[in-house]
Amino acid sequence: MNLTRRQALITALSAAAVAGILPRSASAQSLDEAIAAFTGGAEATEGGVIITAPEIAENGNTVPVEVEAEGAARIIIFAAGNPNPDVVTFAFGPLSAVSRGSTRIRLAETQDIVVMAEMADGSYQMAAQEVKVTIGGCGG
Amino acid sequence: MISRREFLQASVAASAILGASGTGIWGRLAAQQRLMSQDDLLNMDPVGNVTLIHVTDLHAEVKPIYFREPGINLGVGEVQGLPPHVTGTDFLDLYDIEPGSPRAYALTNTDFEALAAQYGRMGGLDRIATVVNHIRAERPGALLLDGGDTWQGSLTALRTDGGDMVRLMNALGVEAMTSHWEFTLGIDRVTEIVENELNFPFLGANIFDSMWDEPAYEPYRMFERNGTSIAVIGQAFPYMPIANPGWMFPDLSFGIRENRMADVVGQARAAGAEVVVLLSHNGFDVDRKLAGRVDGIDVILTGHTHDALPEPVIVNDTLVIASGSHGKFVSRVDLDVQDGAVRDYGYRLIPVFSDVITPDADMAALIEAERAPYAAELGEVLGSTVNTLYRRGNFNGTWDDLLCQAMIEEREADIALSPGFRWGTSVPAGHDITREDLFSATAMSYPECYRSEMTGETLHLVMEDVADNLFNTDPYYQQGGDMVRVGGMGYRIDINQPQGSRISEMTLLRTGERIDPGTTYTVAGWASVNEGTEGPPIWDVAESYITRHGTVDIPPNQSVIVTGG
Repeated sequence: MNLTRRQALITALSAAAVAGILPRSASAQSLDEAIAAFTGGAEATEGGVIITAPEIAENGNTVPVEVEAEGAARIIIFAAGNPNPDVVTFAFGPLSAVSRGSTRIRLAETQDIVVMAEMADGSYQMAAQEVKVTIGGCGG
Repeated sequence: MISRREFLQASVAASAILGASGTGIWGRLAAQQRLMSQDDLLNMDPVGNVTLIHVTDLHAEVKPIYFREPGINLGVGEVQGLPPHVTGTDFLDLYDIEPGSPRAYALTNTDFEALAAQYGRMGGLDRIATVVNHIRAERPGALLLDGGDTWQGSLTALRTDGGDMVRLMNALGVEAMTSHWEFTLGIDRVTEIVENELNFPFLGANIFDSMWDEPAYEPYRMFERNGTSIAVIGQAFPYMPIANPGWMFPDLSFGIRENRMADVVGQARAAGAEVVVLLSHNGFDVDRKLAGRVDGIDVILTGHTHDALPEPVIVNDTLVIASGSHGKFVSRVDLDVQDGAVRDYGYRLIPVFSDVITPDADMAALIEAERAPYAAELGEVLGSTVNTLYRRGNFNGTWDDLLCQAMIEEREADIALSPGFRWGTSVPAGHDITREDLFSATAMSYPECYRSEMTGETLHLVMEDVADNLFNTDPYYQQGGDMVRVGGMGYRIDINQPQGSRISEMTLLRTGERIDPGTTYTVAGWASVNEGTEGPPIWDVAESYITRHGTVDIPPNQSVIVTGG
């Protein structure tokens, strides 16, 4: 699912660039750049990364996100729709019991949280989850 | 005059009274009327050794009510056309229910006016007490569970800050509940009730302290019944601080928290649970998805979206039970539990026909005592209605059309917005509108009717935002209300488009002109989630409108064009 989501994301962002929506294309470029900076251009496979984040943010100014990837040496969180998508990188030493970190992110708008993990063998894994930022007020 | 009870039990007499020749709708209805007795409604073949009794979304309705089920309740994505997204005659066909029968009246909007006149009001906590006592006598140890939205929705609940409902549900013998509108009483009142007034646990596995992200309420309670360990997990409405005013309970965080649910199910099993029941206020589609993704839940007693289904929907070996709203139904679930697993089940959705089920005298007395201080206020007639006033339906209902018209006239607005709440009872065509009726459609703790200015662009943004809460193809992104109701403006909606592209052709009805993104319009609305909203309560605005008109005539709303359904 997430490989296709990632492809969809990239396609959507490329489309936005073609359409000339400048803020979107600007952040698309920096997301790609940020991903490339983390992976060194290596391909990532989907899975092995657990994201715990709300589907709909209760407060877009402080959205709790927890990430875990068993056996990861480093985990990076991207907020794909923020002006600076690179949020945080967690590094785990060989004696770490678990590779897990949590933080709170300010989200400008509805967007994907993209998480990539560098595994001990140098391979990369990833996952993504949409977090919706809504006006709210009409639940039943 | 013949009493309604006798009337229902004498179908021959009924057709004589109706004076029909056997042709046309009235004759058909009379011919299809069936003998109906309390025993017919309550009896079922018992199964196994565990019984659950479920009520949910009472919205503080303790007296029998009219409630018209929705005519439009669309599903999108994977759930398109699946229950509960089936209405009217399609629903009757799906469940093989005879048109014009009591079950047809209880479960659909078809022929509502005619059937309401025949079968009368439904619900009433004194009738529910009779049903509960009957089941308990037959099935000792039956577990009574309340899915929440219990302390809000009536004039008396508003006046007593939910106190009447807490006392009555204690008397009914509820053994655990979960929550949604309860929190709109404000966190201090909720804490006071939970700590000092409630006789049973207030469960919420998904309610956390927002600062420290620690559980704020008991996640589950274990019950031992007839030698079987039953874990009841509570799940409050996930989008509490988004759909309702977060400032009323500022230190709490909710959410679906699927991983947490899997953990709690595991804890309950590890603690010896042979049956795991999720008492949920997620809404039907969210619970259906959750059932497919979290293993180990035997039964989900769902709530929030007010669906009533005569059969369980089974997903991943989980029974998903939808028990309706406003006291119209009581669910009885029998389980045969052997060697720590559910081997068989029996289910009955019991429709509470108030003229057929004898009121429990003790509960009736308690209800009257709660209502006595407000009796004059409740019974005051404000006017009458030409057409049936109802709320349910994805895009509009006549109650909200009335409220929107009232806001436009009384507050001199171009456009009026009324939230897509699913609670509120119906007033059949030709009936008086009492103050009790008006409060059953409006009573809540943030009723201020604001008047402000919005650009066409902002209006479009609001409409798109709400539409995505309803028609996002992923149920986890739905909040479970209906579309915001609009007065003074028409629009087209394509429910299968993504957010930002669903709403088009927004038109100011007064002039017939398209809404201009850059133009500012005067907009009135109520139930804003923003703190400090100013204006008269919506019931004052509506009362002024109703008393001024005397008889209100709300025609069918034709200003919303739906495609993609």
